[in-house]
Amino acid sequence: MESVIKTIFPFAVYAVAVLLAFQGVLMIVAYTVLAERKVLGWIQGRIGPNRVGPWGVLQPFADLLKFIFKEDLVPDKSTKFVYFLAPLVALTCALLPIVLYPFGPPITTIKWNELLPYGLGEGITQLPLTIAHIDVGVLFVLGITSVGVYGIMLAGWSSNSKYSLMGGLRSSAQMISYELAMGASVIGAVMLAGTLDLNGIIYAQIHSPFRWFIIPQFIGFIVFLIAAFAETNRVPFDLPEAETELVAGFHTEYSALKFALFFMAEYVNMFTVSVMCTVLFLGGWYIPGLSHIVEPGSIPYALISHIGFIGKICAFLFFYIWVRGTLPRFRFDQLMNFGWKFLLPLALINVILTIIIVYFLNS
Amino acid sequence: MASSVLFFLFAGLAIACAISTVYHKNPLYSAISLIGVFLSLSCIYVTLAAPFIAAVQVLIYAGAIMVLVVFVIMLLNLDEKDPVNRLGYLYAVGGGLGVILLVQTFFIFYAVSKSPVHAVKTDETVGKTLNLGSAMYTEYLLPVEIVGVLLMMAVIGGVILARRLSQPQLELVVEEELEERIVEEKPLVDL
Amino acid sequence: MEPSLATYLALSGILFTIGAVGVIFKRNAIGMFMCIELMLNAVNLTFVAFSRYYADVTGQLFVFMVMSVAAAEAAVGLGIIIAFFRNRISVDVDDASILKN
Repeated sequence: MESVIKTIFPFAVYAVAVLLAFQGVLMIVAYTVLAERKVLGWIQGRIGPNRVGPWGVLQPFADLLKFIFKEDLVPDKSTKFVYFLAPLVALTCALLPIVLYPFGPPITTIKWNELLPYGLGEGITQLPLTIAHIDVGVLFVLGITSVGVYGIMLAGWSSNSKYSLMGGLRSSAQMISYELAMGASVIGAVMLAGTLDLNGIIYAQIHSPFRWFIIPQFIGFIVFLIAAFAETNRVPFDLPEAETELVAGFHTEYSALKFALFFMAEYVNMFTVSVMCTVLFLGGWYIPGLSHIVEPGSIPYALISHIGFIGKICAFLFFYIWVRGTLPRFRFDQLMNFGWKFLLPLALINVILTIIIVYFLNS
Repeated sequence: MASSVLFFLFAGLAIACAISTVYHKNPLYSAISLIGVFLSLSCIYVTLAAPFIAAVQVLIYAGAIMVLVVFVIMLLNLDEKDPVNRLGYLYAVGGGLGVILLVQTFFIFYAVSKSPVHAVKTDETVGKTLNLGSAMYTEYLLPVEIVGVLLMMAVIGGVILARRLSQPQLELVVEEELEERIVEEKPLVDL
Repeated sequence: MEPSLATYLALSGILFTIGAVGVIFKRNAIGMFMCIELMLNAVNLTFVAFSRYYADVTGQLFVFMVMSVAAAEAAVGLGIIIAFFRNRISVDVDDASILKN
């Protein structure tokens, strides 16, 4: 009995951690959908949904029920296997980076030896609030975002409809163009931090004189933000799914739950790039000066840092929604010109400037 | 124990996806299977303590090269067609080559597993980005620079291949074509 | 059983065999290209396995070079295929026999 518990214990811990993290992220994503409708409503001079619960708080659940009960149409001449694979690929690649997010600082003040029976607590000194510690965290997130393009390409192709194909090809061309600018803008922050590990970048920001990397990497921050808008197919870069131009782009032929998967994938992608932006440029969970008020490593410090992290992410999500209500959209050739001829050279100039600054700082 | 389970899982997946790549006539299904091969190989690289190579494999192979291939398949609207003229002797050549390579593989497996095993130095810091990066820019600087030049050559080649004829040259080509058609008394426009 | 160097080499050999057979059997130019990429990946696996078992970074570095070369080859090769297709409407390599005789 004891040996069984000892062997299952690590897997059980990871399973609980993954469940908690996924639950938290999906809840935030569901309420982002509601927040978008309400904030857009306020920007446009009306109130958003407010019928379902007090101030519309239960609206995401009503939306979920609607998606489940809608009629599930499958176009007749579509390639069935690829048609069903595409939303799965999109959502899986959007959800995978959750295991990397640094949700908070490690908690070191709990005495695990006293809490856990069977000697399970021996040798455990801290409770890290990150599920997976990967040495190449930033590259992993960039790679998974690149694979997420397939969901859109395969969806556009397999629906066997010209609107979907045009929308899919344009959307994926846009995404792979702006991936380069996004990757190049990350290089500056990674060079200042000296590591690709997300937690390592946060610790580098704690120990740096600038505190948050947005101060030395202002150009990189702007480039990353613009590239993130293009990566997630949001206004002003949402021509591929604009209602007035292409019916609904690559997800024209998807209905009910498959459309819900694409919809969720888009918002989880927004969440992912918000987390990357926060970790790379705004210090993740680090609030400067908090370690003087609360003891670092304790539970209140972790809690306040975690709430600060979520607050920064919500600020970025609000910025996404704000821009959606404010800016018109780019035409496709303007979009590609902007990505290749302006944003990528700007990101590379940022890299060169950072190299010069780091060289003189270190010598 | 866990490492062997993981290895056989990903190895089986890689071999299944590879056979699927070769089997399907539809190039899109081949491409999707090949992406599966790349992702399983990336997982094997992680178990081999090479996290940087694993991440770069996903980024470059699955995320860039195969996106290009799938783009080309979609743009050219390639489909499976029945082979009309089939060079028959290729079947024999392919089969023979496959058998020879398989025999070689089994021989290598037998020879390496029977060879005297000296103490293997397993140093897990070899795959870390810091090690790889410092080796790249100190001892192996020349290959890295050559690869840079090679990539620039590829970019220039791609730009030249994708160039459309400029307007005066286009007019010349169309003029010649029209003259040919007038001489041969063919319709001027294909209906 | 702990996978030893021989197991990784065997896996690499099997993948290389499948790729080589695929190059010969496929008539689609893009299919052949994909089987060549499969062979390159089998070789990458060999390099990484040796790099692990001899604690030498050279293997992984060479894998990086191979990946860059494969990326360059993909760009130029697919450009050639598109240029060919613009003129011929077919990517069947058996039809590409103008230089014959």
